[in-house]
Amino acid sequence: MDKNTALFEFLLRMGDNTLVLSHRVSEWCGHAPVIEEDIALANTALDLIGQTQFWLELAGEVEGKGRSSDDLAYLRDAWDFRNLLLVERPNGDFGKTLMRQFLFDAWASLMLAKLMKSNDKRIAAIAEKASKEVAYHVERSADTVVGLGDGTPESHTRMQAALDDLFPYVGEMFIGDDVDALLVKEGIAPDPAGLRADWDDLVGRVMQKATLTIPQKAFAHQGGKTGTHTEHLGYILADMQFLQRAYPGAEW
Amino acid sequence: MSKEWPLWEVFIRGQHGMSHRHVGSLHAPDAEMAIKNARDVYTRRNEGVSIWVIEAVNITASSPEEKGPLYEPSNSKVYRHPTFFDIPDDVGAM
Repeated sequence: MDKNTALFEFLLRMGDNTLVLSHRVSEWCGHAPVIEEDIALANTALDLIGQTQFWLELAGEVEGKGRSSDDLAYLRDAWDFRNLLLVERPNGDFGKTLMRQFLFDAWASLMLAKLMKSNDKRIAAIAEKASKEVAYHVERSADTVVGLGDGTPESHTRMQAALDDLFPYVGEMFIGDDVDALLVKEGIAPDPAGLRADWDDLVGRVMQKATLTIPQKAFAHQGGKTGTHTEHLGYILADMQFLQRAYPGAEW
Repeated sequence: MSKEWPLWEVFIRGQHGMSHRHVGSLHAPDAEMAIKNARDVYTRRNEGVSIWVIEAVNITASSPEEKGPLYEPSNSKVYRHPTFFDIPDDVGAM
């Protein structure tokens, strides 16, 4: 694998994570339990779409086949997507959505902090811009996890169930492969495994405040990073890509 | 215990604003979340540089029935307006 191929893969992973999560979060639009949270979730989804545009635009540039960020978002099939399985998990209830958000935000904030020091100036610039948004996302999702975890018996039970259900999808964030190894060597991106200790620390502190217990099982579902997805991604893409598939080139 | 979150009044100081202005209200479980909700609801279009929130129950308002005694006496006292003075430009905003 050459550097350019690895870089393209990496940029798809970053962009597909934010794209798929953004779509999931946007599913709450008009359905959140209170209007303040509805707007906050829509803001988060929009931030993530903005980040997606940067990552996928650069991916298209690196690939050099003239594909735009829109082409990559709307005209690829499920097996070409490189997002973590975590972000395609169904929303569940509001608490579960925020739990997934926090687990991802914690990782994203650490990842972006490292990418701000990337040898690739284009990546460093995107990371710098995104990190300000993610700093807010992680603060907000952490507060909500604590509020609901340490809330009523009902909300506590639901948050513990959410954590138990999502935790097997956490490990994939920290499993590196050839792509990661090559980019570590080039000083472009960090070793995913190297983020684990800080993530454990951050998530551990928040879960303690939330009176939630982190599952001890180490099993990790994986495959998203290399294009092997759960059945959920197909439904997301059917929703997201319908218009461009049915009416190719449609604009508004 | 009420199941509704308390109501908060939101004040925002804009980019070039000199003081915080009341922009609206929202619901939130505590002051910190009220700030966050205010950020999400009222500063989406880059309106603000500073946010104040206060729980609505802590605001004491004047009573509309007393508007006669409270405000009418100042109706006819035009000389209280500082419009009769020439203010030098150097003074800036008053």
